[in-house]
Amino acid sequence: MIRLEPRTRISPALALGVPVAAVVVALLLAAVPLAFAGVPVGAAFVLMAQGAAGSVYALTETLTRATPLIFTGLAAAVAFRARLWNIGAEGQLYAGALATVAIGAGAVTLPPALMIPLVAIAGAAAGAVMMLVPTLLKTRFGVDEVVTTLLSNFIVILFVSMMLDGALKDPMGGGWPQSAPVLPEAELPRLVAQTRLHAGLLAALAAAVLIWAFDRFTVWGFEARAVGLNPAGARFAGIRVNATFVRVAILSGALAGLAGVSEVAGLKGNLTQDLSPGFGYTGIVVAMLAMLHPLGVVVAAVFMAGVFVGADTMGRTLGVSSYIANLIVALSLLTMLVGQLFLQWKVGWRGRPAAGGRA
Amino acid sequence: MIEAHDMLATVAFWIAALRIATPLIFGVLGELVCERAGVLNLGIEGIMTAGAMAGWMSVYFGADLWTGVAVAALVGASLGLLHALLTVVLGRSQHVTGIGITLFASSGSYFLYRMILPDVSSPPRIEPFQPVGWAWLEAIPFIGPILAGQTALTFLALALAALVSFVLWKTPAGLAVRAVGENPAAAEAQGIDPTRVRILAVVAGSAIMAIGGAFLTMSAFNAFFFEMIAGRGWIALALVVFGSWMPGKAVLGAILFGAFDAFQVRLQQAMGGAIPHQIFLMLPYVLSIVALVVVSRRAAVPKALMIPYVKGQR
Repeated sequence: MIRLEPRTRISPALALGVPVAAVVVALLLAAVPLAFAGVPVGAAFVLMAQGAAGSVYALTETLTRATPLIFTGLAAAVAFRARLWNIGAEGQLYAGALATVAIGAGAVTLPPALMIPLVAIAGAAAGAVMMLVPTLLKTRFGVDEVVTTLLSNFIVILFVSMMLDGALKDPMGGGWPQSAPVLPEAELPRLVAQTRLHAGLLAALAAAVLIWAFDRFTVWGFEARAVGLNPAGARFAGIRVNATFVRVAILSGALAGLAGVSEVAGLKGNLTQDLSPGFGYTGIVVAMLAMLHPLGVVVAAVFMAGVFVGADTMGRTLGVSSYIANLIVALSLLTMLVGQLFLQWKVGWRGRPAAGGRA
Repeated sequence: MIEAHDMLATVAFWIAALRIATPLIFGVLGELVCERAGVLNLGIEGIMTAGAMAGWMSVYFGADLWTGVAVAALVGASLGLLHALLTVVLGRSQHVTGIGITLFASSGSYFLYRMILPDVSSPPRIEPFQPVGWAWLEAIPFIGPILAGQTALTFLALALAALVSFVLWKTPAGLAVRAVGENPAAAEAQGIDPTRVRILAVVAGSAIMAIGGAFLTMSAFNAFFFEMIAGRGWIALALVVFGSWMPGKAVLGAILFGAFDAFQVRLQQAMGGAIPHQIFLMLPYVLSIVALVVVSRRAAVPKALMIPYVKGQR
């Protein structure tokens, strides 16, 4: 008989081992549909690894892909820590991107030292507002934020589509629904010549470190965690729970908005309707793999980005749909959920002494 | 305003409204069964996608339509079982598990579609369910032609609504479902196994949702498209709250929603491009949020919703 004992502390080895094991199991599970599709599984995984990290260029592609995932992963981690279910990062990302082109594509002209911060603030603010509305509906009216944030994704994306057909449509775009490119002053500099890697990565890394420090060393960070662990207890301890939700919402939405800023100003140059292939949703998986730890988000984001970039290469070579990457991401989330059991409980066998354990 | 009145009074309008409402009725009923047992199922959007894909693919490969519906329901039930294993048996977060199921079911469906049909540019069509057109039904004034203009799946949806209502309130099984959704410990004291009841409810609810997805490929669009569920699962979630977790009210909400959607499509045509079409496309999502705000004050949430139950633990 299996015996479970609650764990009181999680060793670093376990904290690292469980997500790694979850991803490995997810990759093994993904081998099943690959095998059914008649793909040589071993070769497929070798190609994926090469595509993700087999050359300097591949590595820069992976880090480029990781940049928005770090932002959206942080957005999810920050919110989920306080048990504020922000499933709207996809829409917040687009809101941030929209603000970037609204301001950065010619409406304002300033030197880069002012232009880039201005665009970043606008994008972060747009994302924050998109999360603030569902959160106020939650704190004022008790409306569940899960459904409202999910629905808000569709509203924002349709609004983007409307703007790209109307006010923000590029007059030189040949009729395509796309915005004008952002001014050179608003563009984020490239980090490595001849690659697409841009300064958005540095901003994402800085955000991760800042959130980590904020979580650890500030009262607001402590309050957010307390609300997540036990809202009733937090309220009893004098923490203003609703104010905490609002702060967390602004931070979370702003982070997702920055993902949009970074994609437009750093990578694409303009806004199109296919800016994000689900970065907002993948951010949730990233956050869960990282066990909501801000620095873990960076590692998980790079890994998930590697899966996407590697799957692209593998898919092109072997004729496999690139949706295999989305499948691996989804499977990683499910295996991680199971893996969490090993973080919560010590699994042993009946018969061993286990004080306070239960069968 | 006379024009609007004329529009709403036509049989064609209500045929469209009921057709638009049908996938939502399935979705609402499936989600309601899960939530009544205390399990939030955010897998709904993905389960509907998988149902749409499974039903369509079965027919595409030569199965008859009802076999396709059965396959869709079976796929939905399997995904429901996975959701129940993670949330009910292992006590994982219902929010995160549901998102995981949605990501898994939709990416799995898309992957399968792409692998089976790598080179198609336009989605292959199937011979769908046809409107029943029963003469005896059409003879009934106004309501008759509206119903006769629907396919068999709409009748299945309405029959399921009656069945879910009956089972939940008139049978011991339904009482057990409601009991474990309100107070699983008390239910267990009555000899009900909350774990088993919750698993069965999630499996049954997920099967129903999947048929809602299958309706879209087998009765509405006759083909499978990417992103074709387009938030219908999330709208169904909102409608369950709007209907205060009562099947009758929730189904009525879905029909009202269908009517609103049919109305906005006609309004859009009447406006002739004076207002960007995206505004109209946004309305269903905005309306869902407004509906949630309106009912939020008097929402009668099942008390044990989203709370994992561990035997013998208070």
